[in-house]
Amino acid sequence: MKMCLFHFREMESTNNNLSIQTEKLTKRFGDFTAVNEITLEVRKGEIFGFLGANGAGKTTAMRMLCGLSKPTAGKAVIAGYDVYKGTEQIKKRIGYMSQKFSLYEDLTIIENVSFFGGIYGITSSQLKINSEALINRLGLENETKKLVGSLPLGWKQKLAFSVAILHQPEIVFLDEPTGGVDPVTRRQFWDLIYDASDAGITVFVTTHYLDEAEYCNRISIMVDGSIAALDTPSNLKKKFATESMDDVFYELARGAKRTGD
Amino acid sequence: MNSSFSILNSPLSIPNSPFSIQANGLTKWYGKEKTVAVDDVSFTVEPGEIFGLIGPDGAGKTSIFRMLTTLLLPDGGNASVSGFDIVKDYKRIRNTVGYMPGKFSLYQDLSVEENLNFFATVFNTTIEENYHLIEDIYIQIEPFKTRRAGKLSGGMKQKLALCCALIHKPAVLFLDEPTTGVDPVSRKEFWEMLKRLKKEGITILVATPYMDEANLCDRIALLQSGKILTINSPATISASFPHPILKVKASKMSMVIKSLASLRGVISCYGFGEYAHVVVEKENDKIIDNIKEHLIALNLQEIEVRKSEPTIEDVFISFSRNGVN
Repeated sequence: MKMCLFHFREMESTNNNLSIQTEKLTKRFGDFTAVNEITLEVRKGEIFGFLGANGAGKTTAMRMLCGLSKPTAGKAVIAGYDVYKGTEQIKKRIGYMSQKFSLYEDLTIIENVSFFGGIYGITSSQLKINSEALINRLGLENETKKLVGSLPLGWKQKLAFSVAILHQPEIVFLDEPTGGVDPVTRRQFWDLIYDASDAGITVFVTTHYLDEAEYCNRISIMVDGSIAALDTPSNLKKKFATESMDDVFYELARGAKRTGD
Repeated sequence: MNSSFSILNSPLSIPNSPFSIQANGLTKWYGKEKTVAVDDVSFTVEPGEIFGLIGPDGAGKTSIFRMLTTLLLPDGGNASVSGFDIVKDYKRIRNTVGYMPGKFSLYQDLSVEENLNFFATVFNTTIEENYHLIEDIYIQIEPFKTRRAGKLSGGMKQKLALCCALIHKPAVLFLDEPTTGVDPVSRKEFWEMLKRLKKEGITILVATPYMDEANLCDRIALLQSGKILTINSPATISASFPHPILKVKASKMSMVIKSLASLRGVISCYGFGEYAHVVVEKENDKIIDNIKEHLIALNLQEIEVRKSEPTIEDVFISFSRNGVN
């Protein structure tokens, strides 16, 4: 990984086509090192898969990248802002969708869209345009007054994703967005991811479906807090002399010392 | 086990059922609008079988589990578990089954050890008596036995829940999405545990949204919108796929998927890991050449077109696309 070579000051000035840059980013809780010196860079518009077993440190790392958790050591620049000083600026420029459904179940679809649009500070004229585009994209024209709680999981997840990019962020972070979703909806969800990426949004996604790892431009695999591998899916398979991503994952994660999250 | 229990059957239960689980036209609806959650579902599970209910969220899996474990009354049909009727003999069923719900439901404020002791006591047994059943799993969480269940990680919670569901040596084990949100390595380990339990003679009904886990069951039912689409062994279901499948790869996969769907002779096309699966009417050199030419015309490189075997996921996608309602 060549990004270790350059200096951090240069990073800040020459990062125009990078959305995420970290250098030895670390998070400790007491004696426990949850994230251990991770170094990576993600290009603008790239779909980056962030893989690892439960407990490898993915969620902790992601929380640092979102400006929600202060690193113990290391450096990171997210959407052009430093994770120590620019957390508020970062939060304005990213979208986040967690595995736990985070829209309001007892508000309607359109109420949720308006609410989150307001939170993001989108002007009402722009919000009107954005929410219409969102509803059309999902084919929900006749459902806008339905309570979100009454929607099937697949629809909820697609809606949550669309709301997470309503303010056209530079980066969207997706934490296991497709868990438990059926095979057809899972593919429709990835169509949305591709569209976002085509529109220039950087997608940083975790998943336990290894077929989805193949849909990413590059992936990293975390083991016990460190990045054990980082490359394109096809290069990783070549490196491990296998045709299946499952084998790559098993090979790396089997040696993990930690269990659970 | 079944035959000795069935003597105790009430007149309304299915007499001498040779099956561990027998469901006949099981139906459940909810709310004023009578939304159908489970729609006339029938299946049987033989003693010692691992039977999978495979379907996405909302397919009706949890409602079926809750009816079979006597936590929910059916609105139509009937069913028996270990020969006991799910309505008349609900108390006997509760003594003979183990149930691991999809949502973690142990006591968060009790420690690992206290939870396990609690469940053993409730079922009139001790941890020692059936320790051999849980040993493999329990040793992995034993270092944390004094930790409160609420403070455990997801993977450890899942292992503790399985121990608690097993501690009274149930005849039938109900596992509702035990691996959702669990990483691939832990999922593999979990299924190895299930195979060991099968060897102990425990019947297992397991629900999962992961299509790859379907292959690890003896038989499966594909479920969607409350209806059973098909029941059989995973290999038979995969082989029943009615059309040939080609796997196709090229430099820009999103273009491959979008453009091939409308090609003549192609029924459908969707992403499948590294490749796109292209379902074709007939598999021959002509269609392979057509696909290659089509992709070359789009300026794509590294084109690869090969024959592929259908999987459970292909079958499921084809059912979904053709619509079952």
